[in-house]
Amino acid sequence: MQHSNSLYRKRKLLNRTVMVLCSAAALFGIFWLLAILATLLWQGVTAIEWSTFTERTRMSGGGLGNAILGSIMLTLGGTIIGTIIGVGAGTWLAEYGRNAVLGSVIRFINDVLLSAPSVIIGLFIYALVVLPMGHFSGWAGILALAVIVIPVVIRATEDMLKLVPDSLREAASAMGAHRWWVVVRVCYSGARAGIITGILLACARISGETAPLIFTSLNSNQWNFFDLGSEMPNLPMTIYQNMTINSFIPRQVELAWGGALILTLTILVLNIIARFMSRDTNKR
Amino acid sequence: MPSTNAYSASTPETKPQVTPGVTLAERGAKNTPNSTKLLVEDLNFYYGKFHALKNISMEIPANEVTAFIGPSGCGKSTLLRCFNRIHDLYPNMHTKGRLMLDGYDINDRSIDINLLRARVGMVFQRPTPFPMSVFDNIAFGVKLYERLPRREMEERVEWALRKAALWDEVKDKLRQSGQALSGGQQQRLCIARSIAVRPEVILLDEPTSALDPISTGYIEDLVNELKQDYTIVIVTHNMQQAARVSDMTAFMYLGELIEYDRTSKIFTQPRNKQTEDYITGRYG
Repeated sequence: MQHSNSLYRKRKLLNRTVMVLCSAAALFGIFWLLAILATLLWQGVTAIEWSTFTERTRMSGGGLGNAILGSIMLTLGGTIIGTIIGVGAGTWLAEYGRNAVLGSVIRFINDVLLSAPSVIIGLFIYALVVLPMGHFSGWAGILALAVIVIPVVIRATEDMLKLVPDSLREAASAMGAHRWWVVVRVCYSGARAGIITGILLACARISGETAPLIFTSLNSNQWNFFDLGSEMPNLPMTIYQNMTINSFIPRQVELAWGGALILTLTILVLNIIARFMSRDTNKR
Repeated sequence: MPSTNAYSASTPETKPQVTPGVTLAERGAKNTPNSTKLLVEDLNFYYGKFHALKNISMEIPANEVTAFIGPSGCGKSTLLRCFNRIHDLYPNMHTKGRLMLDGYDINDRSIDINLLRARVGMVFQRPTPFPMSVFDNIAFGVKLYERLPRREMEERVEWALRKAALWDEVKDKLRQSGQALSGGQQQRLCIARSIAVRPEVILLDEPTSALDPISTGYIEDLVNELKQDYTIVIVTHNMQQAARVSDMTAFMYLGELIEYDRTSKIFTQPRNKQTEDYITGRYG
């Protein structure tokens, strides 16, 4: 009895210690997250005014308008191309290539691509598009971002379609529906929220990507209205340049903080929307 | 012969005959009572190497209810699923022998499998409402083969829901998700969905095993009602149910058809000892 009591006390102590350590680790993580947000707010809010959105980047003064517009174009372009290819490929994996050897090969390559460093993806597009064209371009940037989106969307599409029970596919087929119609009408209806969540998360991820853009769209301090053939200004690289090579100009540093805040808030909003979408699916 | 092959998709002039949605009267007296609707001859079925159905031969009469009974794993559902070739959705399964619907071999390669399934509807063990509204659940199958104006589509949906004794319960919920209905309502929705395409044969795979007694009662009444227009084949675990709803009963055991006769005969004076043991509850 004595023995088991001491064992019991030991366990209780261990239990508490582990709980305290885990809580401390969680708090530690949350602390830094909040610290980052607080710093951004503190430093960035003062930089944001109307002219930040309406004026282009200049050596003195100016705003971030061209960079914001460029980033929106790059992100949207990358998301759209990546979504079309990703949903198509994910559908093939889940609906047609489930037992195929090619399916498992593609699945493996996709997992590798999912964790590929984005700088290497940039380099790849640089060699494939920028060098042959002879100059940096918005298209190259969009392609690099699309390559980052594709594996994320493939994964989301495949996983969500696999959650649609086979009994629904059977039931739809049993009514005389062709395979593709079963996929389009029944499977996509069931997987829609999850797939959109995946797309939004991918969109959030590429909106802040810097490395692949260095090799592809580069940056510019001019307005670029939909001329995807030439260099495209963008927010992440502008932040980087303002903070490093232009850091001797106080206004540029301020604008960089402002840009960082805008970017972070955008990603936050995208993530929150994605959260709500996935919660909706769980409810149903 | 080819000009009268009702299932051949290759010859367009045969199309009118196979168009689902044609009422029985329009189709002529094909479904006269006591004529053979489904003829099974020496049917064998394999799941990979496993020999699941062994030399099954039987005739299923038109406009009657035929029940398949037998212990779990005896091949009842497997046989049922041969009638609309739903097995074709999965690899490694194959059939030997003949299975004729109105005198045409449904295992023939030239048959359009989707047209076959439109004529042979199926309701599964678990309710499988599609992730869409009640209305769209019904319209799904109708839209596959008919292009109806809105008004007629509404009439068809109402007709199908009334047939399935569900109209009064859902008439105010047509725009709500079919998955929000109760289990018994969902199953009747699935039956309504099958009826809406106006098939000739309805296959019911343990349609009440997931339902409460009241919902079960509704569905049994429904089966009785529906046999005036349709040929019904029902798989059931429940012998009382088979006795209540069916005209013909087939007792299966370990992949073989042990006895097949009028239900009244099977339940009162079975010829086979195994059948007698099973229906008196000695095993199964």
